[in-house]
Amino acid sequence: MAEAEPLLEARNLVKRYGQVLALDGANFTAYPGEVVALIGDNGAGKSTLVKTLSGAIRPDSGQIFVDGKAVSLSSPLDARRHGIETVYQDLALAPDLDAAANLHLGREIYRVRALQILNKTEMRRRAVAAFKDLGVNLPDVGAPVASLSGGQRQSVAVARAVAYASKIIFMDEPTAALGVVQRERVLDNIRRVRDRGITVVLISHNMPEVLAVSDRVEVLRMGRRVARFRTADTNVEQLVGAMTGALTTEDEPGPGSPGSGSPGSDSPGPGSPGSASPGSASTDGRGAA
Amino acid sequence: MTDTNATADAGTAGPGHPEPPAERASFDVVRLLKRTFTTNESWTFIVLIVLMAVFTGLAPGKFLTTSDLSLISQTTAPFLVMAIGETFVILTAGIDLSVGFVLVLSGVVAGEYYVHNGGANAGIGTIWVGVLIGLVTGAAYGALQGFMVAKLKIPPLIATLAGLGGAEGLSYLITGGHDVATVPNKLASSIGQGSLGGVQWLIVISFLVTLLFGLILAFTRFGRYTYAIGSNPEAARRVGIKVDRYLIGVYALSGLMAGLAGIMNLAYYSTTTISGHPLDNLVVITAVVLGGASLFGGRGSILGTFIGVFIPEMLAAGLIIIGVNQYWQYILTGVVLAAAVYLDQFRRRLRERA
Ligand SMILES: Nc1ncnc2c1ncn2[C@@H]1O[C@H](COP(=O)(O)OP(=O)(O)OP(=O)(O)O)[C@@H](O)[C@H]1O
Ligand SMILES: [Mg+2]
Repeated sequence: MAEAEPLLEARNLVKRYGQVLALDGANFTAYPGEVVALIGDNGAGKSTLVKTLSGAIRPDSGQIFVDGKAVSLSSPLDARRHGIETVYQDLALAPDLDAAANLHLGREIYRVRALQILNKTEMRRRAVAAFKDLGVNLPDVGAPVASLSGGQRQSVAVARAVAYASKIIFMDEPTAALGVVQRERVLDNIRRVRDRGITVVLISHNMPEVLAVSDRVEVLRMGRRVARFRTADTNVEQLVGAMTGALTTEDEPGPGSPGSGSPGSDSPGPGSPGSASPGSASTDGRGAA
Repeated sequence: MTDTNATADAGTAGPGHPEPPAERASFDVVRLLKRTFTTNESWTFIVLIVLMAVFTGLAPGKFLTTSDLSLISQTTAPFLVMAIGETFVILTAGIDLSVGFVLVLSGVVAGEYYVHNGGANAGIGTIWVGVLIGLVTGAAYGALQGFMVAKLKIPPLIATLAGLGGAEGLSYLITGGHDVATVPNKLASSIGQGSLGGVQWLIVISFLVTLLFGLILAFTRFGRYTYAIGSNPEAARRVGIKVDRYLIGVYALSGLMAGLAGIMNLAYYSTTTISGHPLDNLVVITAVVLGGASLFGGRGSILGTFIGVFIPEMLAAGLIIIGVNQYWQYILTGVVLAAAVYLDQFRRRLRERA
């Protein structure tokens, strides 16, 4: 599936926080209908990349392509319009609102639109359906999110993303706080979402989990993509090697990125396959398996 | 703590086994009852009842005659109106210290308009224009404070403290320190002292405002976003809510309510009472907090505020009737405010540990 046109592509993203270069010309590619794991050490820039690609922050420079077309994601609403949803590392839920309200936050359903009167029954009904869909059994969708367990909160954030995503879901460490059972449940949901044809970008520090659920892996180190793997052809040692810098396969010498990024990018159609080809090439960059 | 987690996990772990419907229904009723009796509103109501019982016991037959009740409601009316605006502000985890001073400023601006346009004999048209001017003054002043909070990122406490000073200064500058006591007779006799079907206009207005904004808070998008912003502003931003705009709107609403209270005050006393409102903010904030609103934002209701606002007033009326110096009201109100916030913090810690 990796030979297809990329669904989402980021080229040369730069984001600076004062002295810290959180993204230093980062590239990222996601193909339709795959689970791609985005891994890297603490502070590698994973969350920053995700926030950039979901419109929560604006990069200092760089381009983003959706379906081969250059887009500007200047707010979360822009990203939503492109079918991109995000489960943030901090979940981004309003703890005093109930699960149904959180699920529809920013996308309320109205009883009387002109007066902006909410249709709480309908929102609740859809929330119950959405949770059922995910196999999450919330005892009470009317209880404030603050009163839910960590896993249940996570489920609410995941359900919200799943309910609206039409193309891509970013999940920033969705299993970090979970027990074994809950973790399995989230991984099941990731597969389920992928089976609906939605691309899932999973950020995780848990290598067995990454190997279990992903189709591909992209590795970020110090704000740059340093390696890409097909999950079937890799193992924990390689992934760890790439994260720690012991193993580097691409982007590091700064080959295509600054040069090919800008000229090729303005023509939307042909621009993207041009940079997609190194994607397939990168996987066989090492035979040390 | 442990058993809530246990049930919760059991709930999520067994998706394949829907609960029998009957059991589910009775469960919901229990849950509903439990929720009703643990809501902050019911506690506020109990406090109010206890207070009334104590004063009735201390002064049997004297406290809470019908005329007391209507007097209390009448003097409470402007506080109630301001407390409605303050509720929205506190729900966003903000605070508005300026309310009593914006009340005065709005009254002064409207009063000056009346002085130069017909004075005591001003007609209905002029009266309406003056009312509108007062309301706009309050709303604009509130919006300015909202701008300081939302755009300039000045903490609400400081933004509205600065606003308080500005409103006070402006009121004195405009009037030269002398109350404007020329108020249209028709305003004083209608809104000020008149009644509609036996109920004073002040009470009618304040109750209507309460009802309207109670509905807005509970059932509209504006209400829901107010809760969301107070609960987690970053989350609100990430789902695309224009947080800054809503914040400015909420402070403008508080200013508008203070402006309305200013008009009511002007009509009731037939003068601007420039120096008469230094502690309105204490009373109003206490009312909102007693009504169950959390200073951390995200929690509270108009019903709670409605009940809460009668507590300081009931204290004042009760103290007078049992012959205690009424200035004890402010001391007791301060104590009650501190206690209520302490309890809120205590509850919050418990919740976070859970
Ligand atoms: N808002 C911010 N202000 C200042 N620096 C920031 C900010 N956000 C991120 N950074 C810095 O950018 C770098 C990348 O952070 P980021 O959160 O993207 O890392 P991460 O890969 O998600 O790490 P983790 O695995 O710990 O979640 C870090 O050095 C971090 O300190
Ligand atoms: Mg992170």
